[in-house]
Amino acid sequence: MKRFKRSPLFWPTMGLCAVLLFDLIFLPGFFTIQLKNGYLYGRVIDIVNNAATLMILSIGMTLVIATGGTDISVGSILAISGAIVAQMLGPGQTARTPLAVCLLVALAVSAVLGCWNGMLVAVVGVSPMVATLILNVAGRGIAQLITGGQIPTVIYKPFCMIASYVPGMPLPFSVLIVILMFVLAELYTRKTSFGMFVESVGTNATASRYSGINAVMIVFLTYVISGLCAGVGGFITTSIIKAADANNAGYLIEMDAILSVALGGTKMTGGRFSLGASIIGALIIQSLTTTLYAWGVPPQVLPVVKAVVVILICLIQSEEFRGLLGRIGNGERKRAHA
Amino acid sequence: MEAEPILTMAGICKSYPGVRALSNVDFDLMPGEIHALVGENGAGKSTLIKILTGVEKLDSGRITLEGKDILPKSTQDAQKLGIGTVYQEINLCPNLTVAENIFIGKEKTKHGKIDWKSLYADARRTMKGLNLDIDVQKPLNSYSVAVQQMVAIARTLEFSSKVLILDEPTSSLDQNEANKLFEIMRQLRDRGLGILFITHFIDQVYEVSDRITILRNGGLVGHYRTRDLPKVQMVAKMIGKDYSDLVAMDRTARPEQEAAEKPFLRAEKLGRRGDIAPFDLAVGKGEVIGLTGLLGSGRTELAQLLFGIRRADTGRLVLNGKEIKIAKPIDGIRNGFAYCPEDRKAQGVIGELTVRENIIMALQASRGHLKRISRKEQEAIADRYIKALNIKASSQEQLVRNLSGGNQQKVILARWLATDPELLILDEPTRGIDIGAKSEIQKLVRRLAKNDIAILFISSEVDETLRCSTRLVVLRDKKVVGELRGEDMNENRVMRMIAEEVEQP
Amino acid sequence: MLKKLLRSKYFPIIITSVLFVVLFGIGSALFEGFFSLQVFLNLFIDNAYLIVIATGMSMVLILGGIDISVGSVIAMVCMASAAMLRDHVNPYLVMLLMVAVGAAFGFTQGCLIQFFKIQPFIVTLAGLFFARGMTAVINTTSINIKDPTYVAISNAKIPLPGGNYVSPGVVIALVLLAAASLVMTYTKFGRTVYAIGGNEASANLMGLPVGKTKILVYTVNGIYSSIAGIVFSFYMLSGYTRHAVGAEMDAISSSVIGGMSLTGGIGYVPGALFGVLINGTIQTLITFQGTLSSWWAKIVSGLLLCAFIVLQRMILKNKGVGES
Repeated sequence: MKRFKRSPLFWPTMGLCAVLLFDLIFLPGFFTIQLKNGYLYGRVIDIVNNAATLMILSIGMTLVIATGGTDISVGSILAISGAIVAQMLGPGQTARTPLAVCLLVALAVSAVLGCWNGMLVAVVGVSPMVATLILNVAGRGIAQLITGGQIPTVIYKPFCMIASYVPGMPLPFSVLIVILMFVLAELYTRKTSFGMFVESVGTNATASRYSGINAVMIVFLTYVISGLCAGVGGFITTSIIKAADANNAGYLIEMDAILSVALGGTKMTGGRFSLGASIIGALIIQSLTTTLYAWGVPPQVLPVVKAVVVILICLIQSEEFRGLLGRIGNGERKRAHA
Repeated sequence: MEAEPILTMAGICKSYPGVRALSNVDFDLMPGEIHALVGENGAGKSTLIKILTGVEKLDSGRITLEGKDILPKSTQDAQKLGIGTVYQEINLCPNLTVAENIFIGKEKTKHGKIDWKSLYADARRTMKGLNLDIDVQKPLNSYSVAVQQMVAIARTLEFSSKVLILDEPTSSLDQNEANKLFEIMRQLRDRGLGILFITHFIDQVYEVSDRITILRNGGLVGHYRTRDLPKVQMVAKMIGKDYSDLVAMDRTARPEQEAAEKPFLRAEKLGRRGDIAPFDLAVGKGEVIGLTGLLGSGRTELAQLLFGIRRADTGRLVLNGKEIKIAKPIDGIRNGFAYCPEDRKAQGVIGELTVRENIIMALQASRGHLKRISRKEQEAIADRYIKALNIKASSQEQLVRNLSGGNQQKVILARWLATDPELLILDEPTRGIDIGAKSEIQKLVRRLAKNDIAILFISSEVDETLRCSTRLVVLRDKKVVGELRGEDMNENRVMRMIAEEVEQP
Repeated sequence: MLKKLLRSKYFPIIITSVLFVVLFGIGSALFEGFFSLQVFLNLFIDNAYLIVIATGMSMVLILGGIDISVGSVIAMVCMASAAMLRDHVNPYLVMLLMVAVGAAFGFTQGCLIQFFKIQPFIVTLAGLFFARGMTAVINTTSINIKDPTYVAISNAKIPLPGGNYVSPGVVIALVLLAAASLVMTYTKFGRTVYAIGGNEASANLMGLPVGKTKILVYTVNGIYSSIAGIVFSFYMLSGYTRHAVGAEMDAISSSVIGGMSLTGGIGYVPGALFGVLINGTIQTLITFQGTLSSWWAKIVSGLLLCAFIVLQRMILKNKGVGES
């Protein structure tokens, strides 16, 4: 228990528990899970399923932020990936191109777009915000170009199963993808030294370089990974709505991904990170959404809550704020003394 | 007798937690004089200046300006009182025009609008006053550092005109530019300004200053008329003989000069424009080569050139008979080099990571990120060096930023020892750490040399360098000016060489 | 010659204005009816709100900051105005209130940035969420504006010679642009903004009021965003949760194309106008062309943005050569 308290997962988990506890008390039936035809249904399952895209994006975003950067192009890359898959599969019951080929092409394109971001940031030295702004602006145009301005629908069964149920598995398939991505990322960051190098570069880039770390390569790779995550996110989003909406798919999701990472306790200036904590951060955001929805609050109000949460997290991380609190606390203690 | 001093500082004391930065320092500045303030690193020059300019508060002592007691609370406060400072790094806005940089904050306005015409005219007049005919409407960054320095001086004079402090103003200027600056300094002196000139270039002290004040280890060594103090004596006074604060070490037990083994590494006419003039250097196994010279003499640049932080533009490097190319640190590491940087905080420690991770960092980097050292092996390595170097940490998993300076330095040493280097470059390894850790590191250097590791030892303290090294390489003004070995290795020779009073051997 | 031009401080703004003329020239050569004063004026009418936020954004960028909340503030202002007008609040009072809200919004963001040293991007990201959410709190769908004053302003045409006209929004936008340009060039406040963008630490050491200036810039930008919101509500005559979605990115890209550097301290506010006009011309070109689809506007805009960022780095490098 003591060990868990010091773990980076502690505070995010507490946050998630707080939200769920609220649900338990005020929303009877929130945790009801039903088994229908061998599949599990319920609000909690919905949370996990709807958060799938965000969880995957938050993996890539965590690595980018840990190096001290940001990637605001993920929403656009996600739309492009979805557009490619939808366009290649075609609108019919049967696939125009084998599904595997579609997915691979979309992933390859996402990786290339990630390389473009990485090149601008790591090699050319453009500030991350600006570098990724380019794709943020142009990306949706590219997605529309691919779909020809339409919103192509996809009804090809195997693809639609991505965000729904596969025979023989009680949980939505997207959950499996999240787990797979998480395990892959965790293996790559912790079973190689990639994670440590990312933290090192994010903490002190000069010292890292002087120790022989190829900082350019490390930063570059984080953007490629972020691109790949956005690509996978595109599959799920497209599968959920059974269409590729170039304009609205993943709109503003980069902001949610950044928020998930912040909720997970990774500093915006870079340094230590925890992929698990970011994923819990994503779950917090989704459960907040679902809770408000179940509470009867229009979901559009959610951003206000998010905004307050962002500012609170940043204030807690801000030394100036803690200093201010300390001074107030001291003042009160002194007054109490006198 | 001359006029009354324009500025006096008497009995100035200042302590930081754990360090006595200044103790009972006196200083006075006459109107119409250029007064050089000299001393090695940690002598207390910068603390004195910080107190004078209101950046730091003094613990005790008195400052009087024109007979009135003053206590500057901030840089702006000091400026208003008439004490202006120009720093080495130029604190101006590169995107603004020259004229704006001189006047911003007190621009003349006409009907609430900035009067650009008269602003430019004033700026032209001011710069002409400094014998500089430049286009004041161009942005500052279109001019050389030298001109920017002049602009900084112009601004300072515009805001305060009694005392001018020049803090290392020449370190990024070439000889011509420096001369131009000196001309202006003399001109300002003749106008009655008191100028406090801080520099580590001895020649420049003698070129422009009227008087010299020397500080050492936070104390005052003395005030001297420049023409009465020979260069070599000044160097001796600056460096001093400071056994008191160091654990006594047997001087005769200086590492014996092992019969010059065949050198395994040779630098041939290696150099880089603007950093260090082409030099030759041969390094043998088990040698401790002390790089000595004053601050800014090119010691660090030489070390960084070997390690690959700076890329050489001339010459070659031969390792074990084969020419090698070193363009970045990883090349240096792969060839068995290691470099402990001078600025521990900015270039050395990775604060958010643990002691263990910091120790294995360079070894891991040399293997690439895919071939991870197993956790067990990491712990074994960390454990070995924590014990060997006596690193005081609560555990391997403590964050490095929570360690003391001396222990942080040992962690960085451990990082490099873990790579099993053939050449270890130590750039000011004992700066800013307590005496205990200092002598431990000095002993370690000698132990490592016995194990056949070659060491380049850089330190501002000549004493320390002499005690640790088997051979000395002396640098001055970004040039290697000579080598000392055997009997020649004594303070007298070193100082003469640094002070340029001895012909090169 | 080219080098001299490259080094000129007006170089980016020259490039931008030339580019605009070239684009407009291409349109005129290709399409009948393109080369007319009204087509030109329509660029202003359709993008009046964008001119306003690009102007505000330019000041923030020169300061070395960023504000991505502006699009949401527009939506919030439109929705709040629409709701109040539906309840028959005096339209002029509504406008005044909206400006006050914008000022308070910007002021709060500025204080969070200055006093607690939170990155501007994060603070204004929260601002983006907050304002967009508040829009939905007021009303989750859309409200039409039927207030006679607003409708009258919306339909008003300010005649220009030759039977051409502009809307009142254009006049507001141009007045705000001119005001910002003058303030940035001729006041101590404006020059301090440039100084902070150039080097904040130096500006501090030079004794300039850094904190006050930073907060004031964000406050002014809040006011500009709210006025943009009022202009936008004249244009759309409605409040809607998805109004001006992504407008912040359009404003940033217009500013950058107009010569503002995201590292701060560089650029001239009038450049923002050309940035907006270029983006507008691209859109108009595509509309006139007819077969090209609208998304090309985004792609071309992205390409231009990329080109200008590369150009900025080239200029910086060139300056670097001048230093040594």
